[in-house]
Amino acid sequence: MFRPCFVFKIFRKGERMKELWNEILFVFGDGRHELMINGFLNTLKITAGALVLGIVIGILVAAVRSSFDKNRESMKKRGGIGYWVLSIINAVCKVYLTVIRGTPVVVQLMIMYFVVFVSAKDGVPVAIVAFGINSGAYVAEIFRAGIMSIDNGQFEAGRSLGFNYVQTMRYIIIPQMFKAVLPTLCNEFIALIKETSVAGYVGVMDLTKSGNVVAGRTFEYFIPLFTVAIIYLVIVMALTSLVGRLERRLRKSER
Amino acid sequence: MKKFLKIASIVLVIALVASFAACGTKPDTNADENKADEPKAVLTMATNAEFPPYEYVENGEIVGIDAEIAQLIADKLGMELEIVDIAFDSIIPGVQSKKYDMGMAGLTVNDERLEKVNFSTSYATGVQVVIVKEGSAIKTLDDIAGKKIGVQTSTTGDIYATDDYGEEAITRYDNGAVAVQALLADKVDCVIIDNEPAKSYVAANEGLQILDTEYTVEEYAICFAKDNTELQAKVDAALKELIADGSVQAVIDKYIKK
Repeated sequence: MFRPCFVFKIFRKGERMKELWNEILFVFGDGRHELMINGFLNTLKITAGALVLGIVIGILVAAVRSSFDKNRESMKKRGGIGYWVLSIINAVCKVYLTVIRGTPVVVQLMIMYFVVFVSAKDGVPVAIVAFGINSGAYVAEIFRAGIMSIDNGQFEAGRSLGFNYVQTMRYIIIPQMFKAVLPTLCNEFIALIKETSVAGYVGVMDLTKSGNVVAGRTFEYFIPLFTVAIIYLVIVMALTSLVGRLERRLRKSER
Repeated sequence: MKKFLKIASIVLVIALVASFAACGTKPDTNADENKADEPKAVLTMATNAEFPPYEYVENGEIVGIDAEIAQLIADKLGMELEIVDIAFDSIIPGVQSKKYDMGMAGLTVNDERLEKVNFSTSYATGVQVVIVKEGSAIKTLDDIAGKKIGVQTSTTGDIYATDDYGEEAITRYDNGAVAVQALLADKVDCVIIDNEPAKSYVAANEGLQILDTEYTVEEYAICFAKDNTELQAKVDAALKELIADGSVQAVIDKYIKK
């Protein structure tokens, strides 16, 4: 509906602002603002749940993958069952990474909803699991890159001070790794937030879907779409500033 | 390279300005009513040709109930019919802005739409039905209350069911096939959808049935811009005559076999 001009006119004429305001009142009237709030909350729920699940999966997978890569030679030399167990778990992790990173998240979500969790009535937990598993694959590789980037000398120093492998990881490698991967991790979280917009495919009323429903009801696309866009932007900006703060705090130890 | 960038940016700026300028002009399709010397005035009809049997594309032409009725109306008014195929969402805005004279696309009359456009007399009825699994606890429409309902987003089935049973009862899917899939997986207890697609879903999937009682019967009508009352009156009069002499029913019967 010649929308670009609609915006154009608003800025040209003051009285158009009132028109826009009336239109906003109409679009979100009749209880439709509740739809949007509900959608916003669902998006937050899915994102927060998937973020936590993704970090947990990511840490576990990264731990397996980097331990295997770092200790492969020494364990093989020592022999025993440990090497075989670890190499099998490592192979499983590799398959997980390949499959999850190699297929679109929408497809994974649909498979989760219609095949894996057939009996789940509510789509939100299914979406949390699907996005969490998806995000976990990316987070795992980010963490692994972080661990591998820490100089081997740091590791050797820890071991020569009498720390065992886990202690070295916990007190020396991971704190340094975390600082290094934070910006990349933030990237992944931003991508995750926006990816949740496909949750509507499985009947979840997330923010994007709510915007679409409001638009479908009122035949006004401009206002709902921009509202949705602005809310996503605000969520991402809030997250970015939080991560930025964390980054600054972690950097204090460098001085 | 610099020169190229300069030229490219000038071209872009010109394109931008031109697109804004184009926004301001509206095609005045109604202007030719005043010109007596024109051989035939054009009646533009906006539709979305993805809704058989009302409108669909066959051999590159838009055919269907709406297209044929519109042709009959145009013949009666001595106008030339021009059918424009656009997105369903754009039909009402397009008619509102007078880009098209009228919109005819199996449009159901409802309050939200009446706020934006005027409607003619209704020329056909659409039926929304309820699909359930065979042996479901839902036997009649009264049993739906308190159950989970699957719908296709923003269809009239969605709108009515939300009003009748509340937001919590509704799960919205992007298309009818996904909603039916959800019904098969017991994610919802029933699906409310148009009668014609419902028939094909039930035929394609075993263990589904359509409830005998219809959920709603909707009135399909032609829409016009609010201030285009002159054309609306003319089309409405022609449509009433066509309904009275049975030609509209003949067209419907041709496409929908009982």
